[in-house]
Amino acid sequence: MSFENQPAEQLEDVRHIRNMMERSSRFLSLSGFSGIAAGSCALIGAWVADRIFFRGYYASYNSIGYSDQSFIRLRTQLVLLAIAVFIAALGSAFYFTWNRTRRQGATLWNVTSRRLFWNVAIPLVAGGMFCVGMLWHNQWLFVAPASLFFYGLALINASKYTLTDIRFLGFAEVLVGFISMFAPGYSIYFWAIGFGVLHILYGAIMWYKYER
Amino acid sequence: MKNPINGLNKVFDNRVRLGVMSVLVVNDEVSFNDLKQMLEVTDGNLATHLVSLEENGYLKVHKGFIGRKTNTTYSVTRTGQKAFSDHISALENMIKGIK
Repeated sequence: MSFENQPAEQLEDVRHIRNMMERSSRFLSLSGFSGIAAGSCALIGAWVADRIFFRGYYASYNSIGYSDQSFIRLRTQLVLLAIAVFIAALGSAFYFTWNRTRRQGATLWNVTSRRLFWNVAIPLVAGGMFCVGMLWHNQWLFVAPASLFFYGLALINASKYTLTDIRFLGFAEVLVGFISMFAPGYSIYFWAIGFGVLHILYGAIMWYKYER
Repeated sequence: MKNPINGLNKVFDNRVRLGVMSVLVVNDEVSFNDLKQMLEVTDGNLATHLVSLEENGYLKVHKGFIGRKTNTTYSVTRTGQKAFSDHISALENMIKGIK
């Protein structure tokens, strides 16, 4: 090899090192469609909650106390809906990312995805426990802000283990959560913005940036 | 005249060995299968390079089991870390010197 070729060779080595470090420490196959799908599930869920479950309840907000039968029914409906939305969102998000890794010839369950999974799961489970505790005491006013806060923190934490762009989605979730604290009674709309609109926006930007 | 190639580590003039070291310096412990997947190499090819890195004292091998399946994991040694960071400094100096 002539001396002239050396710089190119060394630069290529440096690129290789960087690439391997990056690929082994971050899960980069998250699909933008996962965000769009999860956001759509959230919007559908929010629509059902608002149009079907909430309307009647809010109309009689001043005359009916929280311990009333109708609130217990509403709470059961909302919890079941939330669980259904969570499963649907997770499932569809999982599908699109799985599909993408398959097309890339990679596997979904590797060092980086495992690490990402745990680092999202831990703050999320903590947030889930906090919300269950609040519901237990009938403190449902701050469930939506709390879920937005904890989810945002989970995403900020996740940004160390996947595309760094997700950090901004995390900040946005926290901000929406904070604003929603000053508009009690409109939780469902902020929840729809945070989990629906922001996810779709983020997913579309990620698709535009990395997958086109 | 100083030879700019001085300081470059011969062990790392192979992309697979360089890749293994890059992965191991940012991860505490990595299994054979995960390494294989990340570097996109065959079993035999990877095994050969891992043996040579081990012989140089750059990595530690831990043999374990997950159920009945063997699970061999690798981590970088202090010597390996030093050798790798020296190699990167040498690369850096070379590229700087040429600019």
